[in-house]
Amino acid sequence: MTPTLQLFLIVSAALFCIGLLAALSRRHAIFILIGIEMMLAAANLNFIAFWRFTPQAEQATGVMVAIFSIAIAAAEAAVGLAMVIAIYRHYRTTNVDQLDQLKG
Amino acid sequence: MNNWILTHLWLVPAVPLAASLLILSLSNSRRRAAAGLAIIGQVTALILAVVAFLPTLETPGFRAVQNFAWFTFGDQVLRVGWVLDPLAAAMLVMIALVGLCIFVFSVGYMSDDKNFVRFFAYLSFFSGAMLGVVIANSLLLLFVFWELVGLASYLLIGFWIHKPSAAAAAKKAFIVTRIGDMGFFLGILWLYHTAGTLLFYDDGHGCLESAGLIGLGASATFIALLIFCGAVGKSGQFPLHVWLPDAMEGPTPVSALIHAATMVAAGVFLVARVYPLFSLGAIDGVTPSLTVVVWIGVTTALMAALIAIAQADIKRILAYSTVSQLGLMMVSLGVGGVAAGIMHLLAHGFFKALLFLGAGSVIHGCQHEQDIRKMGGLRRLMPVTFVTYAVGMLSLSGLPLFFSGAWTKEEILHATARWPGSPWPHYLMLAGVVLTALYMTRQMIYIFFGNRRSGSEHAHESPRVMIRPLIVLAVCTIGLSVVLTPAWPWLHEYLRGDRPHFEIARLIQPILFVSLALVAAGIGFGAFMYRNLGEVDPLARAQPALFRFLQNKMWLDELYAWTVVAFSRVAARLSDWMDRHFWDGLVRGFGGLGHLFGIFSAGFDERGINPLVDETTIGARGFGRLLSGRHSGRIQTYLGAVAVGMLALLLLYAWLT
Repeated sequence: MTPTLQLFLIVSAALFCIGLLAALSRRHAIFILIGIEMMLAAANLNFIAFWRFTPQAEQATGVMVAIFSIAIAAAEAAVGLAMVIAIYRHYRTTNVDQLDQLKG
Repeated sequence: MNNWILTHLWLVPAVPLAASLLILSLSNSRRRAAAGLAIIGQVTALILAVVAFLPTLETPGFRAVQNFAWFTFGDQVLRVGWVLDPLAAAMLVMIALVGLCIFVFSVGYMSDDKNFVRFFAYLSFFSGAMLGVVIANSLLLLFVFWELVGLASYLLIGFWIHKPSAAAAAKKAFIVTRIGDMGFFLGILWLYHTAGTLLFYDDGHGCLESAGLIGLGASATFIALLIFCGAVGKSGQFPLHVWLPDAMEGPTPVSALIHAATMVAAGVFLVARVYPLFSLGAIDGVTPSLTVVVWIGVTTALMAALIAIAQADIKRILAYSTVSQLGLMMVSLGVGGVAAGIMHLLAHGFFKALLFLGAGSVIHGCQHEQDIRKMGGLRRLMPVTFVTYAVGMLSLSGLPLFFSGAWTKEEILHATARWPGSPWPHYLMLAGVVLTALYMTRQMIYIFFGNRRSGSEHAHESPRVMIRPLIVLAVCTIGLSVVLTPAWPWLHEYLRGDRPHFEIARLIQPILFVSLALVAAGIGFGAFMYRNLGEVDPLARAQPALFRFLQNKMWLDELYAWTVVAFSRVAARLSDWMDRHFWDGLVRGFGGLGHLFGIFSAGFDERGINPLVDETTIGARGFGRLLSGRHSGRIQTYLGAVAVGMLALLLLYAWLT
């Protein structure tokens, strides 16, 4: 099977949906973070796939964007995990259903 | 068939890794399925390893390489691949076989652990990662598997995560090896910069082949030393050995796997794999980088052997003995005996796995008692364990003729004697032989002889599933010596790429008698010294200060705590202080300015704008109340709304175009 753009897009869409499902359905804050990371990974995969199948694939533009996005995702994960730890210290739980003090 | 395995060599590590993924997806109660999958995966890997071993037997110095482009980055093509040569093939078989014995043993040992399924997933993962290290033909690919091995060891050492000491030991192992890996990674970058390729063998263009090596020049020494940093970390060489004894916090089969087949073997294997980098520009077989390897090895071997004499935990003694033996292997590599070092690595894989599994059997029999001072008299209660343990002990001590460890050790002593750099490594390694025999004798006497003590009162022989791997390993330990003797040095010549010749006269060599005398001296002295054990260790009675020094591992952990750890703690404090006072002050200063400005604008607001806004507010409040009903505070409701909105926008867009 030769890899086609469609194949990558299908994989990436599947990854995105799995991530979204995880972010929407899990109750543990860390799993939600993992879901978000998976959606980011799907976006990165799209970047790489579109770049790889353009005629000017010699210029490493797509990879550059993806690398930046990975770096930002790493920073985001660090902030997210730090927040989860802080929230856990304060409320003694990471179940997002119980963290509803922002309700109107 | 032979060609098939050359193009499908990647299956060897892939099968256990796939098994590991499958097991991870099982639920916690599917114990039989988990153990079965892990063992089937390992058996498949073993069969594939043996199939891969066959073609290397036909031609001496066989080497098959399979490279492919991994990805293209700009105009740089990054290529990786796998290689099959005697070194890789021998390691594959040893890792798969020893791993299999350990897997089977674990079925019995971990039988009442509630995370049984997860344990087997990690074990398969560990074994797969290590098999990957062995076949990698690119330093980058090797590094990837190398880190996977590190991750697997972290997961397994900290397997009993509810014990704080296990969690700490796992972290320590990960961080200490990471210090070495940092150097390794810098070495990889440097090598890529100067040589332009990370492939080992590539039809004459690889970084270990003559064309690639010439381009390196003087930087080869530094690259080799940086790569050696990684090996020092992984193989527990001084000064990064501190994690290995602590790694005993993991379950005993894990210790066996780490100390025999995987993990620590990776460091020695790495040095052997990139040996041309070390020996580049050698004068009389001596290069600066190899000299460093020799002295690090000598220091490690002697220090660990000394510390082992004063330890009381059955597994810790074996841990220090591993550190010591790894030092010996490094010495062998450093003095030019690459084949001898790898032979010792292979033989050590078998007998150290045997010793650790034997220790596991003892611990299992004594209701998880690990202190040898509380054991004793197990000879009659656990006869099979006793006999197999004795085989391992004699092989480790290097008693000539029947035990594989003796022949490989002899080969190493030969290599050190021939080294033109200095005669001292040879003498010091001879001293190491006596020490090894001494501490193993001490351990045997404490565990198996004398009267029963508190821990061994209710001891019993282990179940068959644990005993059989011991017997297999003991048979391997003895049987392996057939291909090791100087009369028919098959393995030695196989690794060097030569054909062996049979010559019975070479069997008897002066070094044979020297090592026989030394081992006998070590065992005899040990038997004399520990003939009657009291409350206090005989060495502690004779030399209390020395004993305390050794018992506390030469205070190296404390030294690190006072220097490296204290330094990073001070650095962390400093940056915390900077954060709190300097940067915060800056931010607060700006905040103050804003505050001042706010006071002015507040006055204007109160009088000019407020009345106007009030009217608007009343309307907005009503609307807000309407919306606030939607705000449950549940983050996932919001996220769902975002997702639905996004979908709606997409549909709108699709409709418009």
